[in-house]
Amino acid sequence: MIKLDLLTSLYVFMLAGFIGFEFIRRITPLLHTPLMSLTNALDAIAVVGAILLAGEHKSAFTTALGVIAIVAATSNAVGGFLITDRMLRMFKASGTKKS
Amino acid sequence: MNIVPGAASVTEFTYLIATALFILSLKWMSSPVTARRGVRAGEIGMALAIAGTLLSHDIVDYKWVVIALVLGSIIGVPLGLVQMTAVPQRTALSHAFGALCVTLVGTAEFYLRAPAVPRFMMAVLSLEVILGALTFSGSLMAAGKLQEVLPQRPITYKGQNVVNLSLLAVAVAVAVALVVHPEMVKLFPVIVAIPLIFGVLMIVPIGGADMPTVISLLNSYAGLSAAAMGFVLDSKLLIIAGALDGASGFILSVNMSKAMNRSFSNVLFGAFGQEQVSGAAQTEARPVRSATAEEAAAILGAANKVVIVPGYGMAVAQAQHKVRELYDALTKRGIDVKFGIHPVAGRMPGHMNVLLAEADIPYDKLLDMDVVNGDFPQTDVALVIGANDVTNPAARNETGSPIYGMPILDVDKARMVMVIKRGMSPGFAGIDNPLYYLDRTLMLFGDAKGFVGDIVRELGGTHH
Repeated sequence: MIKLDLLTSLYVFMLAGFIGFEFIRRITPLLHTPLMSLTNALDAIAVVGAILLAGEHKSAFTTALGVIAIVAATSNAVGGFLITDRMLRMFKASGTKKS
Repeated sequence: MNIVPGAASVTEFTYLIATALFILSLKWMSSPVTARRGVRAGEIGMALAIAGTLLSHDIVDYKWVVIALVLGSIIGVPLGLVQMTAVPQRTALSHAFGALCVTLVGTAEFYLRAPAVPRFMMAVLSLEVILGALTFSGSLMAAGKLQEVLPQRPITYKGQNVVNLSLLAVAVAVAVALVVHPEMVKLFPVIVAIPLIFGVLMIVPIGGADMPTVISLLNSYAGLSAAAMGFVLDSKLLIIAGALDGASGFILSVNMSKAMNRSFSNVLFGAFGQEQVSGAAQTEARPVRSATAEEAAAILGAANKVVIVPGYGMAVAQAQHKVRELYDALTKRGIDVKFGIHPVAGRMPGHMNVLLAEADIPYDKLLDMDVVNGDFPQTDVALVIGANDVTNPAARNETGSPIYGMPILDVDKARMVMVIKRGMSPGFAGIDNPLYYLDRTLMLFGDAKGFVGDIVRELGGTHH
């Protein structure tokens, strides 16, 4: 038997999947590279799991894994948001240049 | 549920807000006008969720957490400041990092819970670790190929697919055994190790032209493994972020394989290089017309409407800034210049757009394949820079061609076609391009950056 909270999680997953499909389908191919780096940065939210793992300090082994996981995820978050913003700053419409 | 105000509910509340901000972040990515707001929303959501987590009572020791957060930030900054031409390999590397985090946390969670792991939990844990591990090693391989520290040519051998699929089957079988008998703790390393090997072998036969699809697919796997981690930790925030990332990667993979008229399995299991040996043979004898930079400049200068088609060759030659100068020189003469972008031009989705935007070309001049294909019949000159297969008319009418059926940019419908190319060697896939032998095609032999620079100089010289 699947427990009730797992079932709720499945609903959440399904709904988020639908939202993702609907929103991302509308994103112009122009921005597909920054889209990928943005979703990658958002994915780094896995860092919260790693923080709890390292912070709970249940064993030296799990703490070590947690610490490496935090480093990996944090570098993704910081680097991902940074490069996405750098890319998006470069996208300019014409018009300002015409004189 | 206990709704007493306290650290736990504060933490949960930050997760709720972060989730909303993440969804808004993707919504705002739909247009270049609001996209930067989307990045802000994502950053705030991330910061809130991390702050909320740090408030959690479950954390007993902050020292290592803080050290790791600082260290990660220090590593992240240079990864955020790489050159735009290095974005594909940076992206592959970040898939690897994301997958590493998920795999490590999954591994730790298993050993914390073992041997009494409920079946559903063990199933998602296996999914998390298998997807995470193969994405980790596969993305590292992809990054290595893109950075050219590994050989880029696809490496294939007989029985490759059988070997790969058997490996994956073994990993899945062991995972199933663990779901049924979670007390067999010693089996766990197998479902980490085998996918690590599988990830490497999966990328070995992948060539450069398939990278856009493969990077998207790895993006999707990274997202799905994070969502699986959300199930294990019962974190709705993580499930949603993972589902969004998984959906994004999936849609991009579908777009990329459609743009190549190939199925996922064909990309992953049918390495491009091995299929066609036929086409290359009859290339030598056929005559082509070539032109100098001076002649090319004269033709371009007399045109009313020019469409530039960039490909990976432009990125390799770092020619985007010279292309911008050409754009300026032609626009100054009142010539209408647009860019036709094929979805799989370059090494990742949207690669050309980023390079051209970096060179300050306005984004409203960058047209998708579907839009620009309607323009070619009214175009005086189509100038192809470092693109090959995506302009190959064989895809339209030669049923025997390996790329038959692939949607292409119809440059051959323009009144005149100019192709900047190093030599007559066939492209990545080894497929001959009939475009080069058309009467209205002029081959401009040379390095993309140098040749475009020469054309710009000629245009400047004849200006007054």
